[in-house]
Amino acid sequence: MFASFMMNTWIVATIVAPVAGVVGFFVVLRGSAFPAHAIPKGAFAGAAGASLLGISTLVGLAVFSLLGALGIGSLGRRGRHDVTTALTLVMMLALGAAFLSRTTEYEPAIYSLLFGEVLGVSTTQILPVAALGVVCVAAVTMLYRPLMLSSVVPEIAEAKGVRSHRMEICFLIVVALATTMTVPVVGALLIFSLMIGPPAAARSFTDRPGLAMLLSVVIAVVTVWAAIAGSYLYNWPVGFFVGVLGAFSYGIGRAWAAWRRTRITPAAPPQLRPATGRG
Amino acid sequence: MHKLYTWVFEPGFFSNAPVHVAALIGGVVAVVSAVVGVFTVIRGQSFGGHALGDVSAAGGSGALLIGLNPLLGFVGLGIAGGGVMDMIGVRRVRGRDLATGIVLGAAIGLSALFLYLDSTAGATTGATQQILFGSIFTIPSATIPFVAIFSVISLASITAGWRPLLLSTVSTDIAAARGVPVRLVGLLYMLALAVSVGLSSLAVGAILSTALLIGPAAAALRLTRRVGWALAVAGLIGVGATWLGILLAYDSYYWGSGHQGLPVSFFIVAVIFTTYLLSGLPPRASRRGAAPPGLTRQRGAALPGARSEERGTSDEGRGKAAR
Repeated sequence: MFASFMMNTWIVATIVAPVAGVVGFFVVLRGSAFPAHAIPKGAFAGAAGASLLGISTLVGLAVFSLLGALGIGSLGRRGRHDVTTALTLVMMLALGAAFLSRTTEYEPAIYSLLFGEVLGVSTTQILPVAALGVVCVAAVTMLYRPLMLSSVVPEIAEAKGVRSHRMEICFLIVVALATTMTVPVVGALLIFSLMIGPPAAARSFTDRPGLAMLLSVVIAVVTVWAAIAGSYLYNWPVGFFVGVLGAFSYGIGRAWAAWRRTRITPAAPPQLRPATGRG
Repeated sequence: MHKLYTWVFEPGFFSNAPVHVAALIGGVVAVVSAVVGVFTVIRGQSFGGHALGDVSAAGGSGALLIGLNPLLGFVGLGIAGGGVMDMIGVRRVRGRDLATGIVLGAAIGLSALFLYLDSTAGATTGATQQILFGSIFTIPSATIPFVAIFSVISLASITAGWRPLLLSTVSTDIAAARGVPVRLVGLLYMLALAVSVGLSSLAVGAILSTALLIGPAAAALRLTRRVGWALAVAGLIGVGATWLGILLAYDSYYWGSGHQGLPVSFFIVAVIFTTYLLSGLPPRASRRGAAPPGLTRQRGAALPGARSEERGTSDEGRGKAAR
């Protein structure tokens, strides 16, 4: 399992997981699950376009994920967020379908872009992934306070001069960067599982933001390690383990939260709970 | 005149059997998606509508694996996924997004496994692409009766629950106060959504499924605030975009010299996307001068969707949802 051909895999996975944990923490906090799904999935079309033009896949991914982030951010200003996200996503995928119809890219290549090819990481891939990872984490660290403020109490953030729309765009760009670095390794669809499951679980365990972020990173790393080990042992795709373990950790988190609630305080009577509003 | 006619409709368009099937199924799917989509857009469940497409695609690839009819896999896992989303999803908008995300993540994992096993079992070639993109031109004619049956089921359940569904969609609180079982209505709506999305992603592929569900409905709701009108307009846009897309894809075969057509889903999505962008132009100008947002609510037809659109945010209760 720790043979030399597996070392790159372990290294890249250990870089990708913390980034997904950190960025994913804000994805969950802001309720941006849909953009976090749409940007990587739409960026997949960029990889198809890059192979059509014969340029680097990473460039295609970067261009399309940034386009997706800006499209979602700027259209979302006028229309409803979920609607514009859905429409941006289908438009990018439609372009991807058009690109694919013109290339001779064959099935396994598409599959690995969608679901990842963790076991075939080359040494040259490590450096760009690490660099983009550092950029992502640095961006989140720099934006930490305003981002946290605009995620949790948008009204107060506005009053303090944080432009929530600008913050939204910045955040989507961070998601796009995280996407660019991770899609070639873990695939367009699984980065989403990694950005949702572990942070959601972490938030069930603790209410303190710093601790939750740390926990989210730890769960993400453990998930990825377990997924690689499972994939190595059973020869099943890494994506399966990441997806299922992510949902599983969330299930444990929810069970823990429910157990703690019954143990410490009796549940508030239903009419005292805050109004849920529409939906 | 004749020249123009053959330029628009390239030879053989009206006598081509796949075109007939595509136009028929595409039209039916477009109408059902538009009707369900209007409620989906007003309820702010676009993510759920899209995610169910991926969830049911996982069911489809699983069904292929064990040799079941893919349709059962599509609709079956779609319904199961919708049920789970509804069960774990708290009623807040943001909690629901998270629940949708968790279910979607697990389904994608399953899909990765099933597609991998499918490809090693050698059962299918091109399964990944087929399931992700689909093609309206390769619908087997045996699928038609199933599409018809499930469309009727989906439309009938929407019609049967029309009043309570509409009321609980526009205002959960008022509906609850009037004794509408909001939870149950929400669940039934979710099931209708799952059936129609599962069906459309089998028939026309996951991309078009989302595009037909959200695009026409969102455009219609920007043009009119009356739900009845919105349904009619959305249906028209959906069917129009589908047929125009089919025509363009058919014609694209004759464009250039390569004789290499572009996929039909590309054209349909492009038409829908353009329609959505154009639909934002007229009403905003007139709405500016209209009554302030707070007042429009009292008019019977004002929708929460339309309201939040004016404000430019959809995420109501942000502060509430955050702990």
